[in-house]
Amino acid sequence: MIRNSSPGQKRGSMHIPDGFLSNGVNAATFVISAAACSYGVKRVNRNFGEREVPLMGVTAAFIFAAQMINFPVAGGTSGHFLGAVFSSVLLGPWASLIVMTIVLFVQCLGFADGGLTAIGSNIFNMGVVGALGGYGIFIFLFTLFQKTRKGFFSALAIASWFSIVMGASAAAIELAISGTSPLKVALPAMAGTHALIGIGEAIVTTAAVSLILKTRPDLVSAYRVRQEDSKKEAVHEKTA
Amino acid sequence: MKRRLNGFVYIGLGFSLLVALLLSPFASTSPDGLEKVAETKGFLEKGKGWTFWRHAPFSDYSLPWIENEKVSTALSGLIGTLAIFFIAIGIGKAIKKR
Repeated sequence: MIRNSSPGQKRGSMHIPDGFLSNGVNAATFVISAAACSYGVKRVNRNFGEREVPLMGVTAAFIFAAQMINFPVAGGTSGHFLGAVFSSVLLGPWASLIVMTIVLFVQCLGFADGGLTAIGSNIFNMGVVGALGGYGIFIFLFTLFQKTRKGFFSALAIASWFSIVMGASAAAIELAISGTSPLKVALPAMAGTHALIGIGEAIVTTAAVSLILKTRPDLVSAYRVRQEDSKKEAVHEKTA
Repeated sequence: MKRRLNGFVYIGLGFSLLVALLLSPFASTSPDGLEKVAETKGFLEKGKGWTFWRHAPFSDYSLPWIENEKVSTALSGLIGTLAIFFIAIGIGKAIKKR
C-alpha cells in the first residue's frame, strides 16, 4: 500500500517525505540534529524542574494540534503553524528543540507525516533552524528594540516569520544538494511560498503569546522587558 | 513568582484537544508548501511509492476503521494530541534535573 503524499492528504507544510533527499544529506543532517538534541537534553536537564515538565507537555500538545490546521494561502497552497519560536519563548530554545523533535517523531511514526529517513533533515529544518535559529533572531531583535513591550512583540512576529522562511530555505538547500531540484528553482519557490505561510505563523505566535502573557506572564520565559514597562504592567494588573 | 501550573495545563490541554477535534476536519486540503513546490517543479514523484516506515497507525491523520473522513481526522487528532501530551511529559520527566 502506498502511504505517501498525494494532493489532498494532510501533511506538514515543510515535512520532507522519504525519497526527496539523498542518503548523504539525510545522514549529515541526522548527525547535526542528534548532536544538537543531545546538547539540548543536557541544557534542559540543568534548567528544568518539576514545574517546567507539564508546561512542556502542554506546549507539545498544542503544537501538534495546531499543526493539523492547514490554512489556505495564495495559489491553491496551504500552510500551517509551526510553533518553533512560540515554544522557544515559553520554554527556552533548547527545550523547544526537544519539543519539536518529539512532535516530529510522533508525526512521522504515528501519522506518516514526514519520512523516517528524512527525520534528521526535518529536525534540522524545524528544530535547529526553526527553534534555535528563530530564537537567535528573536533575541537579537528584542535587544535591538531595547527590550520594550512593543519591541518584544515586534521581535516575536519577525522572528516567527523568519523561522518559517529559514526552515523552508534549509529544506530547499537540502533538495538542491540531493539533486532533487536545482537551488535556483527550489529556493525561490520554497522561500516564496513560505514567506506567505510565515505571515500566518507571525499572527498565530503573537496572538498565542499575548494571550498567555495576559493570564500567566510568568510562563513566558523570554519576556524580560525593561523595568519601567514591567512596572507599568504591575500597576495595570492591580487596577485591572 | 512560583504559581501553580495545574489550571494552565488543564486549560491549555483542553484548548489543544478542542482545536484538534473541532478544527482539524475543516483544515484546508490544498497541497501544502513543500508539496505544491514539488508538484510544480516536477519532483513530487520522487516521494511516491516508497516509504521507509510503514507501520504508522494513523497514516495521513485518519483512523482506518472509520469511514467518515471528518470524524476520522478529528479522532486521530484527538488521540495524537493526548498521546503527545503524555509522551512529552514522560520525556520531560526523564531529562529534568533530579
